[in-house]
Amino acid sequence: MSRKTVFVDADILVIGGGMGGCGATYESRYWGRDLKIVCVEKANIERSGAVAQGLYAINCYMGMHWNENQPEDHVRYARNDLMGLVREDLGYDIARHVDATVHKFEEWGLPIMRDPKTGRYQREGKWQIMIHGESYKPIVAEAARKAASEVYNRIMVTHLLMDSRHPNRVAGAVGFNVRNGDFHVFRAKAVIVAAGGASHIFKPRAAGEGMGRTWYAPWSSASAYALPILAGAKMTQMENRIVLTRFKDGYGPVGAYFLHLKTYTQNAYGQDYEAFWRDSIEKMVGDYVNHHPVPTCLRNHALLEEVKAGRGPIRMVTKEAFKDPHKETVGWENFLGMTVGQAVVWASQNIDPKETNPELTTSEPYVMGSHATCSGAWASGPEDYAPAEYQWGYNRMMTVEGLFGAGDTIGGTAHKFSSGSFTEGRIAAKAAVKYVMERNKDRPEISEAEYTQLKKVIYQPLETYRIGRNEVVGETVSPSYLLPLHGLQRLEKIMDEYVGGISSHYTTNEPLLTRGLELLAMLKEDLALLGASDLHQLQRAWELQHRFLASECVTQHTLFRQETRWPGYYYRADHPHLDDKDWHCFTLSRYDSRTGRWDMEKAPVYHIID
Amino acid sequence: MPTFVYMASCDGCGYCVDICPSDIMHIDTTYRRAYNIEPNMCWECYSCVKACPQQAIDCRGYADFAPLGHSVRVLREEEKATVSWRIKFRDGREKNFVSPIRTTPWGSIKGPAEYAPPSAAAMSSQELAHEPEALKVDVLPTLARSRLKKGLV
Repeated sequence: MSRKTVFVDADILVIGGGMGGCGATYESRYWGRDLKIVCVEKANIERSGAVAQGLYAINCYMGMHWNENQPEDHVRYARNDLMGLVREDLGYDIARHVDATVHKFEEWGLPIMRDPKTGRYQREGKWQIMIHGESYKPIVAEAARKAASEVYNRIMVTHLLMDSRHPNRVAGAVGFNVRNGDFHVFRAKAVIVAAGGASHIFKPRAAGEGMGRTWYAPWSSASAYALPILAGAKMTQMENRIVLTRFKDGYGPVGAYFLHLKTYTQNAYGQDYEAFWRDSIEKMVGDYVNHHPVPTCLRNHALLEEVKAGRGPIRMVTKEAFKDPHKETVGWENFLGMTVGQAVVWASQNIDPKETNPELTTSEPYVMGSHATCSGAWASGPEDYAPAEYQWGYNRMMTVEGLFGAGDTIGGTAHKFSSGSFTEGRIAAKAAVKYVMERNKDRPEISEAEYTQLKKVIYQPLETYRIGRNEVVGETVSPSYLLPLHGLQRLEKIMDEYVGGISSHYTTNEPLLTRGLELLAMLKEDLALLGASDLHQLQRAWELQHRFLASECVTQHTLFRQETRWPGYYYRADHPHLDDKDWHCFTLSRYDSRTGRWDMEKAPVYHIID
Repeated sequence: MPTFVYMASCDGCGYCVDICPSDIMHIDTTYRRAYNIEPNMCWECYSCVKACPQQAIDCRGYADFAPLGHSVRVLREEEKATVSWRIKFRDGREKNFVSPIRTTPWGSIKGPAEYAPPSAAAMSSQELAHEPEALKVDVLPTLARSRLKKGLV
């Protein structure tokens, strides 16, 4: 079947219209008044990305004008939480700008709660402020729509295009329209990848209908990583997957419960267990356990050990706090604003936290760059203070010329969350505008041979299915094709069993990782035989390809780092201790898409504050 | 809890198809009504439920862990700028909540091109749009490279 090809020329192409992409689109227009700014999104920017459902808190706000926190404080906090390893230059950069972002959100109409006594934003914790954020994403999307020359919804971007004259310069992207099947070729002078991180690369706890209730959105399909990886960009800290302690089954958030409602955890017998595990944690990680607040991964670790010791389930003690009607309202609205599914679980199981202390559990691992974790692309730092080794051009430019990133895409910058991702989009966009303006007449060239070949590859699953389908009675079992769900479940099983998922208590070692890579290599071959029955399944096929590439990268990084840096996130059983002597560094990878080879290296950590 | 659509209420308008972030609300070609084609890829984000003008979409908790008999209903009213929730437990208890969703009129955001164009000096500074005013502090903080320390601190 012949597919129409639609060509779109842009000065700046923003891939992904979530928080990072909306920030990038807005800021691109502010600085590039005459530029053509195009935002492309696989869903609809009105409700896309991790904030589609809404949020009840903004987790990154300094409050500099009230002298609540300074950017340095946030760097210390993120560094501590990530066991010493963050790109402090990038983190500081977000922290110094983020207040302006939040103030704009409020001006645009986002309801931010105020402390009735002080008149300041209502703090949930030191860094978090509370919002009525059901329409957080529609509000931010409105700002982006007013900034963009064009917004393309329902286009799944599959690959970046490279300049035919300069092999390490980006020239655009290709993808397909999920509704009408048109092939899209975007030509751009600069590209900002602001796509989503990765859910569904490790087997989720719920494997039936509930597999959709992952903690991170099921539509976060690792395009944040696959697009730069395929283009040869260096990635960093991809082993630093995150595991979340959350309310059981719904994965409802615990931040407001701990910080604002002052609820706390205990084991099945009503005992505090975190103190019990302190000394054994110190043997693994040394002084990091004494830092305040205790790093997220270490708190996970204590919970996991307690469950393994047979004293589960772990419960959140809510009965006391929920006697206060105001706190009860906050507790419920917290879910309704961002994780409705948890309210449904509690309603269905007759759990009223006023009368029952709800269970907690740890999630399957996720790979992302914006929460208490920092996987992503290796990016150039801010011009005014980044160390020379972190500075090779424009702020947030990756190791590929003209290729920028924000949000989940950029590595090393934990704890940016929604506001920080939007802010990072703004930072990347200003740099991208500068990049484009300084190369005014210089437009990269795309190769017709390259995009024609990609067109064939992109639609191949439809063809594979069409032919294979005639061979068999029924649809799901064929010797000639795999359906996207088949491939996804195999990927999740490999990652779960060999790379440190739930079934192995997040534990792996070199032999397991090596075997995992062998199985991944076979899966990679089979992914060439993906079959898609329609355009929706074609989207699933390409999401799977992106998840696969991110997973391979995660596995290579996990193999490379020979220590257990973040117990509670994952364990290298063959290197069970934190090793600051050899591994107080970033891990970097670069993928060669021609040979399929991964090159690994270490990069130094620079601290910018005491 | 994946979404489902009541046959008698849906008129096939397609708003849910247009909004679903997971691309799983589609129109059934026989009945000309919407349905969830992939319940196991539903995040229960309620985007489609809120967008449905007929209130034809509801959710039933994931079969793997949610006993039947519950409901969580929502009404999002843009003109009133509120979202209202009704939670019904399996045992019949109810809870109701109403929250504001926006403090300004829809469509009222001032686009970035409506501000005065930035100067060339601003372009080469570290300031982003609306800074330093929007920061509400006098100057954008910065650091000196001399403070950088390689390795352990």
